Amino acid sequence: MIEVNNLHKSFGDIEVLKGISTTFEKGKTNLIIGQSGSGKTVFLKCLLGLFDYEQGTIAYEGKIFSQLSEDEKRNIRAEIGMVFQGSALFDSMTIAQNVMFPLKMFTKQSKSEMEDRVNFVLNRVNLPDAHNKMPSEASGGMQKRVAIARAIVNKPKYLFCDEPNSGLDPKTAIVIDNLIQEITDEYQITTVINSHDMNSVMEIGEKIVFLKNGLKAWEGSNKTIFKTDNESVTDFVYSSNLFKKVRRMYIEENE
Amino acid sequence: MTYLHNIGTYFLMIVEMFRKPTKWSMMKQLILKDIDDLIIGSLGIVAFISFFVGGVVTIQTALNIDNPLIPKYLVGFATRQSIILEFAPTFMSIIMAGKVGSFITSSIGTMRVTEQIDALEVMGINSLNYLVFPKFISLLLYPFVISIAMFLGILGGMAACVYGGFGSLQDYITGIQTDFDTFHVTYAFIKTFVFAFLLATIPSFHGYYMKGGALEVGKASTTSFVWTSVAIILLNYLLTQMLLS
Repeated sequence: MIEVNNLHKSFGDIEVLKGISTTFEKGKTNLIIGQSGSGKTVFLKCLLGLFDYEQGTIAYEGKIFSQLSEDEKRNIRAEIGMVFQGSALFDSMTIAQNVMFPLKMFTKQSKSEMEDRVNFVLNRVNLPDAHNKMPSEASGGMQKRVAIARAIVNKPKYLFCDEPNSGLDPKTAIVIDNLIQEITDEYQITTVINSHDMNSVMEIGEKIVFLKNGLKAWEGSNKTIFKTDNESVTDFVYSSNLFKKVRRMYIEENE
Repeated sequence: MTYLHNIGTYFLMIVEMFRKPTKWSMMKQLILKDIDDLIIGSLGIVAFISFFVGGVVTIQTALNIDNPLIPKYLVGFATRQSIILEFAPTFMSIIMAGKVGSFITSSIGTMRVTEQIDALEVMGINSLNYLVFPKFISLLLYPFVISIAMFLGILGGMAACVYGGFGSLQDYITGIQTDFDTFHVTYAFIKTFVFAFLLATIPSFHGYYMKGGALEVGKASTTSFVWTSVAIILLNYLLTQMLLS
């Protein structure tokens, strides 16, 4: 579980996060949503420790990150898997080498043990024959799946995904969403996804945090988002006529 | 103010480069890869340039000596001094700032743009140690490149002298043996080690701390070449003043 309390982050005079408090629960897919410029990416980078923040705390299983020693921080980071928006695969390595990288860095496993684990996770993300391809030879969807495989290969406690569906066609996006949700359930990890893909919100948003202008404007789930009266959320989520219809139908069905 | 900030950041980067070392089994592979990219990959161009510049130095020296009282062997002597003292260590380093420096800046800069450095940091890896330290270690072999440049420069001079009809082989060999001071070679290699450090760290700094996209990677490569060259020229002056005067 990750607990965030009163998080403030500024760049110069511009305050990007203005006191966000929330909890990301274990075994759930937690989504951070909001318009571009609402502070989602900055929030995610603060959670990952890539950005320092001026005020507030972030606690991993009760341990406040900023109060930990460098070694303790490193131990927590070793338990984090991250899927970047652009996949961030290492260009100079093959897909198998990319996936094996965290094992080589953080474990003392033998080569055959590492190869077995790489085979297992590549099968898990439905890429059983991609070992020797270079990242540049893989499609966008394949790269995302390799990034997920790399993120989970070392059995992380926390999985962070920055817009995992960006640039993907709707069908592949659903495959990626389902894969993330299955992995979250299977390994009981705390998954935090930064997204503005409404399909993801509706499909896998077991917990949703809506940010607006650096503040948490709403918090709920894919069930409660249909019923909310919060104007900021409805403006954002139901900005298209299609989603307005879906909402109306959902409410009618459940009444 | 920006310059001071950048200089401070550069020195902090150097300190950080030696902290939290990467696992040796991984580091070994990175060092070998960088030796291949930075040292072995540069030998061809270094050999080509050294040989022909050595020849040009010889021809120009020979053409400018028209006083019959000046002995012919001076051509070999002047070529040797030019190549060992300045051409091989300093000017070859400026050429390498273009070749190796641009490669380092663009490869690290691309990793920054595509979030690969963030990926390393999120995993808890000291990205500066992972990326810059192997380059620094592999460039400790840079004096090997420069010794090849010295040898081929003098050899190119000899070829130009003999086959261009500017003097005899005996005169040239006498010239390169005349008043040979071994400290000049020591001085050249001290400079080479310093320049190797600059070649590894300044381009890495420009790549690592760049912001923006693909266009900025190109700009960072150009800026890194300019600043590496400036640092080499300035330190060349200071080292020459300290070691030879």
